[in-house]
Amino acid sequence: MNLPALTIDQASAMLRNRELTSRELTEAIFDRIAATDEKIRAYITLCREPALEQAKAADERLRREDHPPLLLGIPIAIKDNFLTRGVRTTCASKILGGFAPPYDATTIKTLRAAGAVFTGKTNLDEFAMGSSVENSAFFPTRNPWNIERVPGGSSGGSAAAVAADQCIAALGTDTGGSIRQPAACCGVVGLKPTYGRVSRFGIIAFASSMDQVGPMTKTVKDCAILLEALAGYDSADSTSVNRVVPRYRHELTDDIKGIRVGIPKEYFVSGMEPEVEGAVRQAVTVLEKSGAVLEEISLPHTEYAIAVYYIIATAEASSNLARYDGMRFGYRARAKDLTETYMLTRDEGFGPEVKRRILLGTYVLSAGYYDAYYLKAQQVRTLIKNDFDAAFERCDAIVTPTAPTTAFKIGEKSEDPLKMYLSDIYTISINLAGLPAISLPCGFDSAGLPIGLQIIGKHFDEPTVLRIAHCYEQSNDWHQRKPNL
Amino acid sequence: MKLTGEEVERVARLARLRLSPEEQNSLANQLDEILEYMQKLNRLDTSQVPPFTHAVEIVNAFREDKVTNEPNVDALLANAPDKDQTFFRVPKIIE
Repeated sequence: MNLPALTIDQASAMLRNRELTSRELTEAIFDRIAATDEKIRAYITLCREPALEQAKAADERLRREDHPPLLLGIPIAIKDNFLTRGVRTTCASKILGGFAPPYDATTIKTLRAAGAVFTGKTNLDEFAMGSSVENSAFFPTRNPWNIERVPGGSSGGSAAAVAADQCIAALGTDTGGSIRQPAACCGVVGLKPTYGRVSRFGIIAFASSMDQVGPMTKTVKDCAILLEALAGYDSADSTSVNRVVPRYRHELTDDIKGIRVGIPKEYFVSGMEPEVEGAVRQAVTVLEKSGAVLEEISLPHTEYAIAVYYIIATAEASSNLARYDGMRFGYRARAKDLTETYMLTRDEGFGPEVKRRILLGTYVLSAGYYDAYYLKAQQVRTLIKNDFDAAFERCDAIVTPTAPTTAFKIGEKSEDPLKMYLSDIYTISINLAGLPAISLPCGFDSAGLPIGLQIIGKHFDEPTVLRIAHCYEQSNDWHQRKPNL
Repeated sequence: MKLTGEEVERVARLARLRLSPEEQNSLANQLDEILEYMQKLNRLDTSQVPPFTHAVEIVNAFREDKVTNEPNVDALLANAPDKDQTFFRVPKIIE
């Protein structure tokens, strides 16, 4: 049996039925990593020894407990912007040096308590700023479907690890599409929950009003299982929302009869690859056949979303990244005085895209430009949110492509920041409005690269998003296909 | 609008970033292009639109002011670039 290819749902059942031990599963995952990661480079740090210890502890719990948690003994990869106690955490930046956090992120603590096994820390664009992992300070990650292509970003390491069966599931973060776009590029499932649904405590901050943690998995059901474990109130996160967590996996029925699915006309415009459009339209037809009612809707301010996002996200980033001053942790350059120390530390510690965004954010917040850029962007953000509010009067969920193209070639867009920003066009508005959205596979292009379908829900309506996604997933075998490694 | 190298230098100082002259020039061009793109927002009349605050309505999250984390000097200093006994060592701040 091909153990690394198992889903959470399958592995968990086998563990509980004593058909498999967590140790066997964990060893199989590390064998798979050893066989494939030289090519893919999904991981920055591997945690083999601690993982085998966790697996051993999980096997003991499995023998002891009558109702073990579903994640007990399941090998999970973690994006390297989650704080993991005692395990080097880099955010793919040189500025963090050999930083080993003294505490766990809340989500890590939760998964630890549930008995998950942590395989290691996955690669990302430095500080989660990018759509391709080319901005990692260490090395790029390659797409398992075609190693000349990017895996998407910024959670590209997690997406590639899931696609290459180097873990059973993974954690990502999503500020402008960083879970969904790499999920689409690598042919896996990724969900960005409603803002406030999952704790941000212990996630290295990029743009705090949009950052969210979410699951990256092989199936929609796994996504529901992992979300259920991650979601919940955390008093350590001031924007965490205290609201009952639904039992997401019990919401997965095949029945979507009468669910109103909105199709935004502004999302089907020029710039989209014809094969992407074809696959998404085909998926919409499948939903209609399953009983969904289609509604054409309008999100008129869509074309402004990228401009709004790159003002607000960079403004927040410039403020969040002010903490990297070389004083209490991370890298410090040697210089003659304090100011020089700051300037050199940040010059040597940050990569080009991070510097670009810090500068842009500092500029739009600086005296004389605040009203013209930052305030203006926050006003247009209101219009974007109002667009969604109006659309959701007429539909229960919105279906779009996840990205305008399939995975692009390494190097293809890295010289042109604005062109790179445009690859986020379908995902960014959702973060601006704080909505939940999933990406799941909906086909392959003629080059054999996966295509992603995005389903957007109302605030806290992850159940409807997951139900539609699950129903669609049952109609095809896209999610069962594996890259040839 | 054309962003000058000097202006980039001024913003870089605000952000405590040292840039080489080549970086200043290439960043001036790139930022200029990005800011130009952002001008499209001016097509919208937003004089009557309130700025966005929160995606989801929430009220201030107050909690009791009590210590929940164990103080652990060694763990916190373990990541320090420079330290002396139980202190972070930093460059001289006051001349």
